[in-house]
Amino acid sequence: MILRGKSHKFGDDINTDYIISGKYKFKTLDMNELAKHVMEDIDPNFYQKVKPGDFVVAGKNFGCGSSREQAPRALLACGIRGVLAESFARIFFRNAINCGLVALECDTSKIEEGEQLEVDLVQGVVKNLTREETIPTQPMPPVMLDILKEGGLVEYFKKHGSFPDL
Amino acid sequence: MGKTMAEKILSKKSNTSAKAGDLVVAQVDLAMGQDGTTPLAIRSFEEMGGKGVFDPDRIILVIDHNAPSPLEMVSRLHDSMRNFSQKYGVKLFDVGCGVCHELMVAQGLVVPGDLVIGADSHTCTYGALGAFSTGVGSTELAAVMIGGKLWFKVPETIKVNLVGQLPPGVFSKDVILHLAGKLGADGATYRSLEFYGPVIDNLEVEERLTISNMAVEVGAKTGLIPPDEKTIAWVKQRSKREFEPVYADSDAHYIDTITLDCSSLSPQIALPHRVDQVSSVEEINQEIPIQEAFLGTCTNGRAKDIEVAARILTGKKIDPRVRLIVAPASREIFMQAVKAGWVEAIVEAGGTFVTPGCGPCVGTHQGVPGDGWNVISTANRNFKGRMGNNQAFIYLGSPATVAASALEGKIADPRKYLEG
Ligand code: SF4
Repeated sequence: MILRGKSHKFGDDINTDYIISGKYKFKTLDMNELAKHVMEDIDPNFYQKVKPGDFVVAGKNFGCGSSREQAPRALLACGIRGVLAESFARIFFRNAINCGLVALECDTSKIEEGEQLEVDLVQGVVKNLTREETIPTQPMPPVMLDILKEGGLVEYFKKHGSFPDL
Repeated sequence: MGKTMAEKILSKKSNTSAKAGDLVVAQVDLAMGQDGTTPLAIRSFEEMGGKGVFDPDRIILVIDHNAPSPLEMVSRLHDSMRNFSQKYGVKLFDVGCGVCHELMVAQGLVVPGDLVIGADSHTCTYGALGAFSTGVGSTELAAVMIGGKLWFKVPETIKVNLVGQLPPGVFSKDVILHLAGKLGADGATYRSLEFYGPVIDNLEVEERLTISNMAVEVGAKTGLIPPDEKTIAWVKQRSKREFEPVYADSDAHYIDTITLDCSSLSPQIALPHRVDQVSSVEEINQEIPIQEAFLGTCTNGRAKDIEVAARILTGKKIDPRVRLIVAPASREIFMQAVKAGWVEAIVEAGGTFVTPGCGPCVGTHQGVPGDGWNVISTANRNFKGRMGNNQAFIYLGSPATVAASALEGKIADPRKYLEG
């Protein structure tokens, strides 16, 4: 699984209220509608800027706050394929994997806005193509990689009928 | 080596000897969903091919976040929950029953030693009863509704000793805000907290719930308080379920130990837009006028919270420039407040009551602030836009601080209304 896309850079503690505000998420399950409001409170033009396959790159504690699974789903719906962060809040991390959104912990200090990235999930390597640099990542627990490979927990369940065995 | 409360509960529920860092698949005692997360869980349930639920008595659905419905689209989502509840015989608390986390404890659903998941981040609240409870997403809720099991990473634990004695006018909310300021918003990410010490011992169960509720604001997976006699009596009054409290071993391994002396603590305020940007009320040396005051939520919408506000407001009038909104955490609490005369005192003073439930906490209805407004709230989060307007500024404090601030029309120290 090799993914390529451009980076959209954010800071620390990006909470799920910022990713998708509560005032929208309670109204609809239409993720394409929610996608238009992703990151709206901190970057009103985000939706227009994203190209399919792009990455969100952030600092510490990405996805803290509310447990809303609409956050990773709306990111996916607006074209984001993965999030690279120094660290994640745990519920967001689980939700991301369960929805099929790549979530990888790595040193993001050397990635700037608009740089081209390549992520190899199986090898656990992030390449900053713009700077020709390689960034090692934390290995992902096998149970998560299995879910991610199937495209999320729903797909996994459909195929296997239960959780991955540990 | 001994085990922490988290390790013991997860060991018991997974039939393994689990240590921090292990991944386990555990049997869940209860699964909860609210109206912001359950409609998506129902859709995942259907997409996963769910034909039935693992145990209808162990699944609880609550309509509290956006209740009563302000929009036809929301009404449709609420109906999807009602239909699901009917179809599978699952318990549903409808509009007006209260906030999910209050119902889970006060209705006697959760007991000490339980493993509980909820599709809401403040599910960690039930740690105050000695239950390992934690928030999950909608698809995970769907998976649990089908199979009754979920995988967990066994967390490391930070031990928090709260020593000394709380001064008058200072409450459990001030303690947890102070701790959030010390630890930071990610200070306990992936970890469990265990609370000990005389401050905890002296708090009533409902005050302890405030502390466990905010464990997630420092990133923690859960915030456990070992059950004492008060907890056991409180639970027995409400629940018919048998239970066996779980305690940490004396030689358990903690990744860190934090000791806070609370004897000289003063009322604490979290400043916009971060829960961990905390200051004591004296340190705020400029006048902060407020336009809205909110008393309620799963953090501080309980009887003691409304009582203290009523005590401060009785016979007085709030500042005419402030809108004071009160959302009792449950119907029972609302009725208690009516009977005790607290509702009358607050309404006479100029406050207003909304439906028991989440109220304006998450910005969907019932009290969205205006541009440039300052709000003082008893909630657990003050993120930008949280209450529905990203041009507003949310300050967090105790119920007493909120009531005193409503009176004065600016952020105020409640102690002068409570001492003596
Ligand atoms: S009261 Fe607020 S924090 Fe608590 S469950 Fe409701 S929306 Fe969430």
